[in-house]
Parts: sequence; structure tokens; C-alpha cells
Amino acid sequence: MRLLTHNMLSSNIKGVTNGFPLQLEVEKMVVKEVAFNGDFLKNIFPKIEWKALLDAAVAMGCGDLPENAEATMLDNEEFLRKFHHALLQLHLEEGALICPETGRRFPVSKGIPNMLLHEDEV
Amino acid sequence: MTKEHDEANNALVCSGNSSRCAQIRLVASDPEVYEPCDDSFALVDALLAERANLVEFKPNLCMEIGCGSGYVITSLAIMLASQGRTGVHYMATDLNEVAAQVTCKTLEAHGVHAEIVCTDIASGLDRRLVGMVDVMVVNPPYVPTPEEEVGCHGIAASWAGGEHGRRVIDRILLVVQHLLSIRGWFYLVTLTANNPLEICLMMREKGYESRIIVQRSTEEESLHVLKFWRSKDSPPQRESNTANASSDSSYFTLPRWAFWRGR
Ligand SMILES: C[S@@+](CC[C@H](N)C(=O)[O-])C[C@H]1O[C@@H](n2cnc3c(N)ncnc32)[C@H](O)[C@@H]1O
Repeated sequence: MRLLTHNMLSSNIKGVTNGFPLQLEVEKMVVKEVAFNGDFLKNIFPKIEWKALLDAAVAMGCGDLPENAEATMLDNEEFLRKFHHALLQLHLEEGALICPETGRRFPVSKGIPNMLLHEDEV
Repeated sequence: MTKEHDEANNALVCSGNSSRCAQIRLVASDPEVYEPCDDSFALVDALLAERANLVEFKPNLCMEIGCGSGYVITSLAIMLASQGRTGVHYMATDLNEVAAQVTCKTLEAHGVHAEIVCTDIASGLDRRLVGMVDVMVVNPPYVPTPEEEVGCHGIAASWAGGEHGRRVIDRILLVVQHLLSIRGWFYLVTLTANNPLEICLMMREKGYESRIIVQRSTEEESLHVLKFWRSKDSPPQRESNTANASSDSSYFTLPRWAFWRGR
């Protein structure tokens, strides 16, 4: 699971109002090389919750991202490389995503987050 | 990956007939997972017929709901990559955990990537992904079955569609309207028993136009692959080009509605 996916996921449990961002529990992470594409990064940037990405990257052991980011920084190659690395190259292989409101654990296994709910959560 | 690598990969994908879609021998399988069937092939044929449009469309985010073996999302990724369309992000979901894993294997075997989430339709993604999906593809569980078979675990969830086969389709339609970007395209496989005309009319009420991209009849079933897009006053891009790519595609216009009933 890339951190881009983490940035798009929120707790889907019935009644939860503050389900984003999910906290990362990292058992195993891997870095997978992904072809760099600046246009993709520029397109996706406005959709990214920066703080969630920053915290997730730190949880994955990557402290390279700046505290804050704004669109003007997208002209900076060095920034783009860091953004690329955090968003697309860091993969959570094994671990979990934790609902910030209820503490419910959504397991991540073989890189696949499992958001299926129990009957009483739907 | 370096640029050279990238080009080498593309060259690899482009050589031979395999360039157009996923190769069956590389599609992973499991007794618990739906194998590529006529409906899967019809959907990939529809995407192939639309290939020139899709390349020009420059989607940022493509998504599949109910990816099963991964045959469709893998084919879409190969199709766009072989045309030099890089920087596209692919996502897929399935209710079946085994299917999610099998899809990962299929993608890997073809050297492409999609992010997989095991979930009900797009639950958990539906808040943050609103209006972001440029291309959505769905081959849903569409077979009319008793209600209690719908959404059960394992392989039965692949086909069980409840009354008129519409139980899951109707839920998917609502989610897709929510996730599709303003310019987004949505491809859906339906069976005649699903009443595709009614689906098109329902979508029209929500502001979507539709047309049939592929139409196929076997002894057991008659399938349609429908395409939906948000209506503007002008027709969608490059209509003239799709006609030569797919001889069996036809506009969904008023007089044609009669033909649904005849089947
Ligand atoms: C007809 S199969 C299509 C599989 C594959 N896309 C293909 O074309 O070969 C339908 C798939 O949808 C999945 N599915 C059924 N209900 C679902 C739901 N509510 N949410 C997500 N996936 C679902 C099934 O597990 C199955 O893999």
C-alpha cells in the first residue's frame, strides 16, 4: 500500500465522524522504485492532505518532507523528488491502519488494506 | 526506475500480440476467485475499442470495482502504458480477500501496478476520493439470484446479484456518481436481465449520457458494455474515431431503445 492510498482512506465504521487520517502501525515496509512523473505529482498535489502524508511518512521512517507544502513548491525539483518518494515509493507491506476515533484496527497484509466491516459496524 | 528502464519496459510490452491486454497464462487464479470469462473479455474488448479515446483522454486516476483475477485492471494498465501513457494511477477493490491477492499477483506478473483495497464497493475510499476518478470500470455481480446469496464470502459473490441482478449494481451506480470526476468515464457490464435501459434512464436523470460500446450474445446470456459520461451540450470527444475501432458500437439514441425489449 502506497501512502497515496493511505491518504485516500478513512474509517468507514458507522457513526464515526472523524475517521481521517488513519494511524499507521508499521510491521514491515518496503521501498519500491516507481518511475518519476512530475505531471502526475502536480495533478495530485491539490488532493493530498499534507499533514496526513507527513505523519504517515514519519511513521514509515522517512523524515524528509517539509512541515508544510504549497503549490509554489511544485516548481522545485528537490521537493518533487521527496514528494514522489513519500507518496509512491514507500509501501506498507504488513501492519495496520487504526481508526482515530474508535481505535479499530484495519489490517494490512501483503500490501493490501482490509476495510471490510463486521456486521455491527455497518 | 530510470528513463531507459522505462523505455525498455515499454518496448517489452509493445512487442508481440500481448501488447494489448493481459495474457491469460499470466493471470493468477484460485478456486475462490472469478476467472476471466465472456463478460471480462467483453469489458476488455470495450476498453480496446476505446483505446485511442482513452489515450487522448489522459486519465490521472483509473479504478476498478470488483477486480476478481485482476484481468481487467491489468489490461487497462498495459493498454495505456503501451501507448506511452505514463503517470496514471490505478486502483482496484474487491470484497473477496483472495481476489485482492490474486489481482496483485496478476499485476506483478505483467510488470504493472495498481493499488488494491479489500472493501465493499469503495467503502473507506468514498470520502476522500470524491470527484477524482477519471476512468471507472466495473464487471459487477449481475446474475439474478436469491437475495441471500448477495455479498456472501468467496466465489458466489462474483455473480450473485439478487433481484434482476441489480442488488449490487444499483449500489455501485450511486458510489460511482460520487467518485467520478467531472470529465470522468464509466464502463459497466450488464446483462439483459438487469434492464440496461432502465439503468441508462436512471443515470440520465443524474445527468449522465450513455452509449453501448460492446454488445454480445452467447447461448446463455446477452451482454452489453455501457459507457457513461456526464452530459455537456456537446458530444463527447472523438466520437468519429470510436466507430472504426469497434464495429458493434452504437449510439444510445431514442429509437434504439426498442431493441432492449426485444431480447
Ligand atoms: C463478475 S466478477 C468480475 C471479476 C473481474 N473484474 C473480471 O472481469 O473478470 C465480480 C467481482 O466483484 C466482486 N464483488 C462482488 N460484490 C462486491 C462488492 N460489494 N464490493 C466489491 N467487490 C465485489 C466479486 O468478488 C468478483 O471478484
